[in-house]
Amino acid sequence: MAKLLRDSWLMFKSQLNVSRRNPVWVFIGMFQPVCYMLLFAPLLKNLVGVPGFPRGGAYNIFTPGLMVMMAIFGVGFAGFGIIGRLRSGFIERMRVTPVSRLAMILGTLGVDMCLFLIQIVLLVAVGLLLGFRPDPGGLALLALLLILAGVSMACFSYALALIFKDESGLAASVNLFVLPLMLLSGIMLPLTLAPDILQNVAKANPFAYAVDASRTLVAGNPGDASVVKAFVIIGVLALVTTFWATSSMRKAAM
Amino acid sequence: METLSQFPAAASATNSASPQQSQGKALIQTKGLVRTFKSRKGTVEAVRGVDLEVREGEIFGFLGPNGAGKTTTMRILTTLMPASGGQATVCGFDLQRDPGKVRRQIGYVSQVGGAEPMETGRENLLLQGRVYGMSAKEAQRRAAELVERLDMQDFADRLVKTYSGGQKRRLDVALGIMHRPRLLFLDEPTTGLDPQSRARIWDEVRALHDQGMTIFLTTHYMDEADGLCNRLAIIDHGQIVSQGSPEALKQEIAGDIISLGLDTQSNAVEQVTSQLRERPFVREIQPTPEGVQLYVSQGETVLPEVLRLLDAQHIAIHSVMLARPTLDDVFLRRTGRSLRESNGAA
Repeated sequence: MAKLLRDSWLMFKSQLNVSRRNPVWVFIGMFQPVCYMLLFAPLLKNLVGVPGFPRGGAYNIFTPGLMVMMAIFGVGFAGFGIIGRLRSGFIERMRVTPVSRLAMILGTLGVDMCLFLIQIVLLVAVGLLLGFRPDPGGLALLALLLILAGVSMACFSYALALIFKDESGLAASVNLFVLPLMLLSGIMLPLTLAPDILQNVAKANPFAYAVDASRTLVAGNPGDASVVKAFVIIGVLALVTTFWATSSMRKAAM
Repeated sequence: METLSQFPAAASATNSASPQQSQGKALIQTKGLVRTFKSRKGTVEAVRGVDLEVREGEIFGFLGPNGAGKTTTMRILTTLMPASGGQATVCGFDLQRDPGKVRRQIGYVSQVGGAEPMETGRENLLLQGRVYGMSAKEAQRRAAELVERLDMQDFADRLVKTYSGGQKRRLDVALGIMHRPRLLFLDEPTTGLDPQSRARIWDEVRALHDQGMTIFLTTHYMDEADGLCNRLAIIDHGQIVSQGSPEALKQEIAGDIISLGLDTQSNAVEQVTSQLRERPFVREIQPTPEGVQLYVSQGETVLPEVLRLLDAQHIAIHSVMLARPTLDDVFLRRTGRSLRESNGAA
């Protein structure tokens, strides 16, 4: 365990060096959520009061959903970093050393989650200026849920990167999953507006539960059954994907 | 699988009379190593029954054309890839059962190297030392030592992406030996380097060897295998076609060639032929436009005797040349193809 922590910290520092020397990507990651807040959220204002639209201000509905979207869309492409390190031979070099394979995943994950958290903080800050009024305790729990969702997406992306080994394969496969995941999660518009058939299909989408719970948390109902459900589903997903990424790392070959 | 290296005392007791004993125990032993890949066209056998023995203190070369299975074999031996069949022990540990213990003993420099381009050379070295369990201080000290030894002071603190090919290669080697491995694997260490950088890597390999490190390298350069390695195996289409010291390999196959320039107007050629035909050391005599060619074993010991014999008969000799067969002749004889051509085609 001590070795796992030590190895993870070493891999984290190395990945941090790489990420902070590529600030362009960090900037692009920050730019997107702000765009959505400024250019899309205002459109929703007029939907408040439409039958089926949840109660609570437009920003209280949209901001939490947007956070989950950042977990799916932003973090979903985290695997690109893995491909660079596969190509340079870095991963292969590490795989000949006794370093923990789980630590190789956790170190990279740590950096990607830090970047993700910064995006979330930025989103909340812009939201507060515009009229987002979250319950503070609920928001803290939401951050935890978002991290679990981010871990799931990042590890999913790492595993695909380690399997496909090139950018085009990764981009195609991530896009294949990301778009339906996002559309069927009620991020842009609540699923309560959707026909029954779509609502039923969405039940197979773990992120739909996350979006649901995120709105409940922001509204200040942390004890709600939907919140517990989301934590269990997303928590299991995070564990499974971490395991998948680690076993792909064990086998990774260029 | 039993391994010699687990019984070093017994091994040296029984082998004490053998000259090979001085070269130490086996660090790599493989038996019937096989690796197959599945592709759309069917199953490809990249490695087909490789038996190897590399002893402690050797520079062992793995010579073959591109695509012969060198890298695949090395990737199996460095724990990167499981074998599809056969057995192997590295540094006394079974590859399949104890990959973790093997990893602690070996260093590996792949063809692409593996340094992180967005970190400095020193940062790469520190990480490498730390993942092998060194303390931060220890890693600092060792990195500084290697930076000096490999003459990397000018660029060790620059990002690796700015390095030239030769600079990058020096860092790669430093990364491979950062933790002072017992056995170092080098995959095509000089491919794509300019002659100066190449000579530098050769010097470094020899220096490591002098310090007692065992080195296993792959190459498709004959001169590298010939000049650098104590022993080598020639591999083609996933199978070892010949194994031994470069000298032994060349001798076993071709012998040496002595070319004599004679006065072709006189009957010197006939005289030489009749004088030497019955000698046991002469395998074959061939007339040439300038005189004759003798195919002999161990030309350097035979040559003085040939000269003495002919001098005693007052046969005038215009010129003498002793030519040694190259490893390419060995490869040619075993595979029917020239190594140079095979490399060019690949």
